[in-house]
Amino acid sequence: MENRLSRYIWKHTSRQQIWILFVVALSMIPYFLSFDLPKQIVNGPIQGKGFETDGATQLFMHLEFSLPLIGNVVLFPGLELNRVQTLFALSMVFLLLVIVNGLFKLYINTYKGRLGERLLRRIRFELVDRILRFPPGQFKRVKGAEIASMIKDEVEPLGGFTGDAFVQPALLGGQALTALIFIFMQHFWLGMIAALIVVVQAVIIPRMRKRLLVLGRERQLTARELSGRVSEIVDGISTIHAFDTSNFERADISARLGHIFKIRYDLYQWKFLVKFINNFLAQVTPFLFYCIGGYLALNGRLDVGQLVAVINAYKDLPGPLKDLIDWDQTRQDVQVKYVQVVEQFQVDRLLDPKLQAVAADNDQALKSPLAAVNLSLVDDSGAKLLERVSLQITPGEHVAVLGGEALAEAVARMIWPESGKVVAGGDDLWDLPESVTGRKISYAAAEVYMFHGTLGDNLLYGLKHAPLTPAVYDEQGENHHRWEINEARLAGNPDYDINSDWIDYSTAGAEGPDHLFASVRTVLDAVLLSKDILDLALRSTFDPSENPDLAARIVEMRHALREELDTEGLNSLIVTFEPDSYNREATVGENLLFGTTTGMTLKGRAIGQNRYFRSVMQQTGLGPRLFQMGYEIAENAVELFADLPPDHPFFQQLTFMTPEDIPEYQLLLQKLRGKSFEEVTDNERYKIIKLSFAYIEPRHRFGLLNDDLMAEIVRARKIFHDNLPKDMEDEIERYDNSRYMASASVMDNVLFGRISHKHADGSERIRTIARTLLNTLGLYDQVLALGLNYHVGAGGRRLTGVQRQKVGLARSLIRHSDYYIFNRPLPGLDHRIQDQIVRNVLELTRHNKNNPAVVWVLSNPALTTLFDRVVVFERGTLTADGKPDLISNKDEAKQLVPS
Amino acid sequence: MLLKDEVQTLKQVSLFAGVPPAKLKLLAFTSDRMSYSAGEVLFRQGDLGDAAYVILSGKADILVDSPNGQIKITELETNSIVGEIAILCDVSRTATVMASSPMEVLRIGKDHFLKLLVDFPEITIEIMRVLADRLSHTTSELTEARSRERQH
Repeated sequence: MENRLSRYIWKHTSRQQIWILFVVALSMIPYFLSFDLPKQIVNGPIQGKGFETDGATQLFMHLEFSLPLIGNVVLFPGLELNRVQTLFALSMVFLLLVIVNGLFKLYINTYKGRLGERLLRRIRFELVDRILRFPPGQFKRVKGAEIASMIKDEVEPLGGFTGDAFVQPALLGGQALTALIFIFMQHFWLGMIAALIVVVQAVIIPRMRKRLLVLGRERQLTARELSGRVSEIVDGISTIHAFDTSNFERADISARLGHIFKIRYDLYQWKFLVKFINNFLAQVTPFLFYCIGGYLALNGRLDVGQLVAVINAYKDLPGPLKDLIDWDQTRQDVQVKYVQVVEQFQVDRLLDPKLQAVAADNDQALKSPLAAVNLSLVDDSGAKLLERVSLQITPGEHVAVLGGEALAEAVARMIWPESGKVVAGGDDLWDLPESVTGRKISYAAAEVYMFHGTLGDNLLYGLKHAPLTPAVYDEQGENHHRWEINEARLAGNPDYDINSDWIDYSTAGAEGPDHLFASVRTVLDAVLLSKDILDLALRSTFDPSENPDLAARIVEMRHALREELDTEGLNSLIVTFEPDSYNREATVGENLLFGTTTGMTLKGRAIGQNRYFRSVMQQTGLGPRLFQMGYEIAENAVELFADLPPDHPFFQQLTFMTPEDIPEYQLLLQKLRGKSFEEVTDNERYKIIKLSFAYIEPRHRFGLLNDDLMAEIVRARKIFHDNLPKDMEDEIERYDNSRYMASASVMDNVLFGRISHKHADGSERIRTIARTLLNTLGLYDQVLALGLNYHVGAGGRRLTGVQRQKVGLARSLIRHSDYYIFNRPLPGLDHRIQDQIVRNVLELTRHNKNNPAVVWVLSNPALTTLFDRVVVFERGTLTADGKPDLISNKDEAKQLVPS
Repeated sequence: MLLKDEVQTLKQVSLFAGVPPAKLKLLAFTSDRMSYSAGEVLFRQGDLGDAAYVILSGKADILVDSPNGQIKITELETNSIVGEIAILCDVSRTATVMASSPMEVLRIGKDHFLKLLVDFPEITIEIMRVLADRLSHTTSELTEARSRERQH
């Protein structure tokens, strides 16, 4: 990238800059015409110049040129107009000029704006493109948030400046020069005075601004560091909590903000001082005119008329001059910003763009064997990780590696060799395009980065190399797409369509989108992730209107589950929601509303304010009874928990109150003692009745529900649903045995009831039955696919560490590659499961038609027996290479692996 | 059966005889109420002990694995507690308990039980008393058995 912003701008926008200069020059014509016109209107028709006699007329718009050789050319003979007609005609011309000027301004501003935005887009893209081409070591030095703030914030003002970069100085300089020449024409020496002051301004002000620039640079760097620190706090929040260092972080942030404040305040002080001097110099010129010019005039050495003319002419100088100086300030400011940013992106050994060229086909083969030739690797501190290692991996081999993490990283091109190289059949890996190395070699390590998106997106991430199947657009979309492509090209961006289907199905061993899931499932089964994903799916919700078939099948499964439980004599495990009876395993609230609330009006506090709900309570007389019930619950809870400390584990059992609520309810109970329902306030009623809503008799066992009350609640439920007003229909989704409930999880939809509290391991038993039922009904795949829609959160944090590691392994296994490099991918798992997964994965790759080689850096040496060949490294040198029985002594092997 | 009935049952259990009713109510509230039908197993020999069980109604058999299959050692009656040893000294279950009739039990989780001991020394003392009592029983039985052996 160019070192100077102006050069960068000129390089990418020179044609547009020239065009806009031309347009600006053109716009000057109507602009100056409109200056002269008011005088003509006032002098002519209004004051009557040229219309001295009644009925006098003047020629309007008489256009005549006298050209050499040709003589007089009359373009337009003109119209004879009287005084009033001339007034209207001239006013119309004035209006026309106003409109033309406005349109010019509109065009110029829009054009400049578009120019700036395109350049901003170009520079941002170029920066991100550079990040994608940084050599691997670079990422150990940079902070993501700092880079992000550079690309997002620091280059932003560059766009605004682009449009003005060349037009503004030309325009303003021209104006200032005109004014200065005009002064010179009036009086030479006074002109010299004005010119002198301009020179002083032009010399002093930029000098004073040097310090502003230094401060500006500091401001930029400190602000960048601040964003880096903020993101560190976010990333390291658990460490901060764990070590109680939050106040250390506070102090650090406060110190930084103080520093930033100081810089900014300094900046303000200087800025306004410079402004003051600038203004002063601008104002001092008229002072000199008045003082010296006046003195000369008094002495009779200067004509008074000339002096007035000079002072008048001077009016037009400070405006453009001030703007010009401001422009210069902006220029220097953005230049500094530009340099600051570009410096960070000027990195040695940037990858050649050719290596990353998009390639739609997988034709180019990776030659075999994959080999390390005299490979030496060092870490950042200079310590040797690997010393002159030569090694060959042939296709189809299963190689276990002990102690060779660095080798795996070098093959995955994560560290650059210090000397020697990694080659594929003679080609250096670093010279091969990524479309070969990044597809034929799959790498997985314990550290799995997951992108923001669904689990499915992350699993298929390794298949998205090129826009393979173009997206199909309707007419409107097609137009928009064409516009997008055009615009991308104008800003030097690539025009790959993000809406295309990027998934390379053939690499996943699938014929098309419909066959992909089968491949994915095989891999998920191999890494033992299916059960986790199924559980995620069962806990998730989906919109039945998008997948009506699955919704219907789940309702079917609901009935099948019931039958299954009946035949096994386990029907008491679930208490189903029945419209005509009270569900003892559900809360009073659930029984009353008999549905899941979807809106806000029936949730929490709002339900007490809801007019319809209140009217139902009034009508059924349930209010006082629930109040009584809540009162007794409060009494019981206070009695049980009053003298326990708030952090006592027993509070876990108290589902309807928090430890902090206990003293509050204690006071409330004293206050309400002996009062009837009518006597208490709304808020107190809410607090008490709220308790009754969470009550489950078999769980809490206070003996507060009798048959009569249960019947009352069921009656109220009916009244509530029968008369539900139209506008509240969307607020609650009624339990309906024949329908899928969109707001409830898949599992809740399958159960359609509550698991009974009295059975030991009830929920685990139900889960097992449900899982087998999914298989027998052929729903397993569909529900599992639902789990792939689970959102993994920032960096995959919504998954557990072990799940993330399994996803990392699955993600690389989904791609059919020639070489799989696994660098201790599963350290978080216990040995039994590791063993199982290693077996599964090796078995899976054997069925792969590519006949891939697997290089597995193991953390558990006992697993070496599963491989064809074992390679052992000790302190960076190759110490053993051969059949697994080579490592017969397990203890010896164990010592080789740092645990 | 309600909380207050459970408290009545707990009072009958010798271990809790000296504990104030209010605390027993808290213990009952924080414990899970479970039902078992005849033939269902409360816990198996060799499992890790994570809870003690108070039998509110019904009966259970205590079974021990032997080379000749399971042998029934004794029967548990209503108002008795079972499984408290395993949660006190972190050993695995020494016997299997199986319901011999429909049962209602109160399942006291390990953490809750231990917390109770910390909070209420009177329960701890009572437990020590019961354990010492059992130990002396066992000792005297052992002495008896040994002397019988010698006579043979």
